[in-house]
Amino acid sequence: MIPEIGQFALILALLLALAQGVLPIIGAARANSAWMSVARPAAQGQFVFVAIAFGCLAWSFANNDFSVLNVATNSNSQLPLQYRLAATWGSHEGSLLLWVLMLNVWTVAVTVFSRHLPEEMVARVVGVMGLVSVGFLLFMLLTSNPFERLLPAAADGRDLNPLLQDPGMVIHPPMLYMGYVGFSVAFAFAIAALLGGRLDATWARWSRPWTTLAWCFLTLGIMLGSWWAYYELGWGGWWFWDPVENASFMPWLFGTALIHSLAVTEKRGSFKSWTVLLAICAFSLSLLGTFLVRSGVLTSVHAFATDPKRGIFILGFLSVVIGGSLTLFAWRAPRVGLGGKFELVSRESMLLANNVLLAVACGSVLLGTLYPLFLDALNLGKISVGPPYFDAVFVPLMTPALFLMGIGPIARWKEASLPEIAVRVKWALGVSLITALLLPFALGRWTPLVAFGLLLATWIIATSVLALKYRLSRHDGNLWARLGAQPRAYYGMLLAHCGIAVFIIGVTLVKGYESERDVRMAVGDSVTVGGYAFRFDGVQEVMGPNYSGARGAIDVSRDGKHIRVLHPEKRIYNVQRMPMTEAAIDTGIFGDLYVSLGEPVSGGAWSVRVYHKPFVTWIWGGCIIMALGGLCALTDRRYRLTVRRSETTVAGGSTKGPGASAAPAG
Amino acid sequence: MTRFLLPLGVFIVLVVFLAIGLGLNPREVPSPLINKPAPAFQLPQLHQPDKTFSQQDMQGKVWLLNVWASWCVSCREEHPVLMELAKSNTVPIYGLNYKDKPDDALGWLKQFGDPYVLSITDRNGRVGIDYGVYGVPETFVIDKQGAIRYKQIGPVTPAALKDKILPLVKELQS
Amino acid sequence: MRLLALITALWFACAAAAQNAVPTAADPMTNKRAVQLGEKLRCLVCQNQSIEESNAELAVDLRRQIREMIAEGKSDASILDFMVQRYGDFVLYQPPFNAATLLLWLGPGLLFATGFGVLVLNLRRRRAQRDEPPLTAAQQQQAEQLLAADSGRERR
Repeated sequence: MIPEIGQFALILALLLALAQGVLPIIGAARANSAWMSVARPAAQGQFVFVAIAFGCLAWSFANNDFSVLNVATNSNSQLPLQYRLAATWGSHEGSLLLWVLMLNVWTVAVTVFSRHLPEEMVARVVGVMGLVSVGFLLFMLLTSNPFERLLPAAADGRDLNPLLQDPGMVIHPPMLYMGYVGFSVAFAFAIAALLGGRLDATWARWSRPWTTLAWCFLTLGIMLGSWWAYYELGWGGWWFWDPVENASFMPWLFGTALIHSLAVTEKRGSFKSWTVLLAICAFSLSLLGTFLVRSGVLTSVHAFATDPKRGIFILGFLSVVIGGSLTLFAWRAPRVGLGGKFELVSRESMLLANNVLLAVACGSVLLGTLYPLFLDALNLGKISVGPPYFDAVFVPLMTPALFLMGIGPIARWKEASLPEIAVRVKWALGVSLITALLLPFALGRWTPLVAFGLLLATWIIATSVLALKYRLSRHDGNLWARLGAQPRAYYGMLLAHCGIAVFIIGVTLVKGYESERDVRMAVGDSVTVGGYAFRFDGVQEVMGPNYSGARGAIDVSRDGKHIRVLHPEKRIYNVQRMPMTEAAIDTGIFGDLYVSLGEPVSGGAWSVRVYHKPFVTWIWGGCIIMALGGLCALTDRRYRLTVRRSETTVAGGSTKGPGASAAPAG
Repeated sequence: MTRFLLPLGVFIVLVVFLAIGLGLNPREVPSPLINKPAPAFQLPQLHQPDKTFSQQDMQGKVWLLNVWASWCVSCREEHPVLMELAKSNTVPIYGLNYKDKPDDALGWLKQFGDPYVLSITDRNGRVGIDYGVYGVPETFVIDKQGAIRYKQIGPVTPAALKDKILPLVKELQS
Repeated sequence: MRLLALITALWFACAAAAQNAVPTAADPMTNKRAVQLGEKLRCLVCQNQSIEESNAELAVDLRRQIREMIAEGKSDASILDFMVQRYGDFVLYQPPFNAATLLLWLGPGLLFATGFGVLVLNLRRRRAQRDEPPLTAAQQQQAEQLLAADSGRERR
């Protein structure tokens, strides 16, 4: 019964989505207020029904209803409850339902936080999001129904893939989808602007917090995926340039370009058509990612089970949405105009250069990901493009961008002077060079890779400190007053940039100084890695709720002092009979100790891989700091909806200017 | 202005490629050994381990080399097709028993039938590497001069047999 | 004493039979070379791993093959060539540089040059743009009042 309710709820949601997508947009074109006002209630109603559908699916999983095909394929009665619930989105169909749920959450948020926006704009934005929802709901109902029945019901399920039975996997997809779907808001704003012909600084101000929030979620989602791969897959890698990883990274790159571009459009009214194009492309890349993962066109550890029919549908959907929006862009953008003028050397031009670099980097990742497909389609043979290519191409492209990250915040708007900038940053340059030359010696040994990475990271931090110092010096009052006087968005920017520096430090030091031993250990054997001594103390059998396995004990000490015992495991899950390695990790700020069991070899011994990974947590710490920076930026005063009335009277009564403009528009 | 149409143009090209891509299989690795001489081997026979067999013994004849194992589930799928083919006496099929235990292999043949003229054992998979074997089952069509002319990746389906393998064998034999 | 010798002999025999781990006694230079070569080759039965990272049987076999060839004194290039001869270009984790992959390797550079070129053209075009007209006296006064309302906070 419950699955049927869920299915019916989806159909109702589709109908509401159709109403939400079609009526308000036509209403906005015809200035029909009644049709435009359909947007909010339709969106909220759609959300209710999608939530009901999601709840029904989750209930089916929680209650082991194996007459539902999805539950029978992805769950099992022995599976612990939290993973049964996570299995709701562990399959292709379930993850689509999660996608649509997230889309509805964002749409409802837009309906709530947009009271101050003009009605046509809200109608168009909510309408566009409704159309996207129609596409996904149709996709589900026609090709990927999560509520499809399995009759007669299975006695028990095929269990969730053991790789997914993990807390990281529970939260990684929701975060990632919040990011992907969040860019649909920026997309909707861009389309609304093109449809309405109104594209100015105000539009950018409205669009910006939504975009920044989506970017924060995507950053966290990608970070969680990387961290999960590190501790789950057993060999300490954290980024593989896997096609599906690239599919999430490309929207991030464009998203980063977009938030910078929006900054310029908001402040100076420039880059308008470029910003709109970026918004369209960022969301298009999200959709493209969806296609790549689900169509079977590329191989990847992530790919869902494939079905050509699904691939065709998504490709069709992609063509309509992206093709349509790019056509609209080609038609309307020429009228938009250039906006504020600025010089060859100015903050605007540097931000534009940053955008170009990010876009080129994204294009290169896309090229590398799809190139095997191109060659195969043209019958030119089969090649594979692995990490060596991406590493070789990405780093040189990003380096100038990182350098610009230091100068940009110091350059003036509209017209900056190179000599002035040079004078200001020479201190930062000096500090970076000295650090790059000397610090590697203190850490172990000097290599060009480490020196270069530290140079970039220190450059970013030093220039951020300089920028803050210079900015504070232009104010009066004591230090706290001056610090308090800066807008939050400014601190957000500094924080996010420093987050990148932290990330670079992590990557550089791990790549430069990690050490690994892959050895055969009998009971009592010892091996030394990175200054730590690891002693193998044997293995015992363990039984889990839905697995059995062997649990090793590795005693870790340093300079004779005992630190802790690590317990790596090798598990076989009962249902899928899949062997899984659960690495044991000792996490520290300055490095991780990572041990994973290989295979048992004769004589009671095991092959064991032992790693020392210095500063590896800085990789994910940097990402978290970046996301915090974004969060900080979007809570800036100018985006707050309620502004104290008293402010509006201070400026005097000659115009109603202050009152209206001091009430920030979302 | 045409430059605003550029993104759309790029997108259309992309969609065309993706559409073609839907019909391709990214996991299939084509063999670079097509039209090259079959790599040399001399391996013990499964039923008579003291005797060996080499690809040279087949010089002047068209034959199939089928890579199989008792632990391979898909091999069971293609087995009836191979049995039919063996009965029709069109082309001799030789088996390469890949990374298997001889006892298991013999038991499997007894249970499901033996379509092979004979099978040879590749215990450690070394010959498999020479032939570019990366999965089981795989089947090679080898001509009179000893060159590989076709590699079937995965089970031999009736369709593959009818459309690709039999016409090629007929052509090579004439 | 003989028991100890027997046990030691058995232990070495077992070590020789070990499949996955490289014995600690192995020459570290050979091991390093083997690892580097392993990282350059793709595991064909896995989804996206090098043969060094993968635990699939084929990967284990190929790792052993590499070590055997290093012991025979083969060069890195000939070992990679060996693999490509049997499995095609697909087995290389880093794509080769040939006519078919020209666009792949030169692509990023071309994109960068194009992007940079467009950027410079665009910036030059802006220079020729008309300047904004200056504020009228009334507008100037309005601007000053707005700025005063934001007192204590600098306008970015």
